[in-house]
Amino acid sequence: MPSNDERWLDAEAGPVVRPYALTQGRTRHAGEAFDLVATVTTTGGRVADPGALAPEHISVLQLARVPTTVVDIASDVDLPLGVVRILLADLRELGLVAIQAPVPAQTRQIDRNTLREVLHGLRAL
Amino acid sequence: MAYGHYDAAGMAGRRHRAIKILLAGGFGVGKTTLVGAVSEIKPLRTEEPLTERGARTDNIAGVERKTTTTVAMDFGRITLREDLVLYLFGTPGQERFWFMWDELALGALGAIVLADTRRLADCFPAIDYFERRDIPFIIALNCFAGARRYAADDVRVALDLDRGLPIVMCDARSKESAKEVLITLVEHVLSVADEPLSSSGI
Repeated sequence: MPSNDERWLDAEAGPVVRPYALTQGRTRHAGEAFDLVATVTTTGGRVADPGALAPEHISVLQLARVPTTVVDIASDVDLPLGVVRILLADLRELGLVAIQAPVPAQTRQIDRNTLREVLHGLRAL
Repeated sequence: MAYGHYDAAGMAGRRHRAIKILLAGGFGVGKTTLVGAVSEIKPLRTEEPLTERGARTDNIAGVERKTTTTVAMDFGRITLREDLVLYLFGTPGQERFWFMWDELALGALGAIVLADTRRLADCFPAIDYFERRDIPFIIALNCFAGARRYAADDVRVALDLDRGLPIVMCDARSKESAKEVLITLVEHVLSVADEPLSSSGI
């Protein structure tokens, strides 16, 4: 099994090393998967050890003070999606953010009322 | 527990709804232009597994990915209301990006397949993808200057599409036109939702 070091010593990996350094080389996050447009909101919880947080964690927390989607956070902090997901999963494990699925998991469909609202909104653009 | 934060943000009892729409099509067909015409463009980077380009691997299942590289995606946001936001994702046409599609497609409202009449075959893979997964989609023909105009019916035959599937002409540069494309998609999704389940696909 290759060590983590080997994985990142590929010459082609140049631009990747920095973003994933933020995640200590992790490319997969812990816990339940979440959608790109899941809504992230801070819980108002406090972290016992502030040293556990990177500056990027703090940036993410600041954005999530109002409900914000995973993709909007990735775009606003200008980090690749995969990196942001790992940061979000860290924050969730620490109880600092809640991540809410965009549509109820059991239906996986957008309800008709929402579709009509979208239609109405588009016509008014 | 997570209470109090919605109140703090002045959003008590309101659910923030985020809706995905996919925009597929071959390279250079105008996806970036269409996203920019109708929505607020935002930078978004994602990761692409680095595999040996050009060399086809028959079976990569179970093989640990060596590493990834970051790629920029077309991504746009349309705020319809404070609590209702549309997200447009331009999905690259090349097969090596399809790992992104499954995730994007999950729970998506539907998809727009943007096509260029000069290179219609470029959109076959996208059509095939959405048909297989029962994701509602429409075809938008980007009418490039100098390209021959085809009747929607000719395109329907060429792409072997169901009669009920909307095909719209558009100018990806125009906001009004891009808006019409989105409206056509949502109307189509509503009409498909009206059909009894058994009639789908036949």
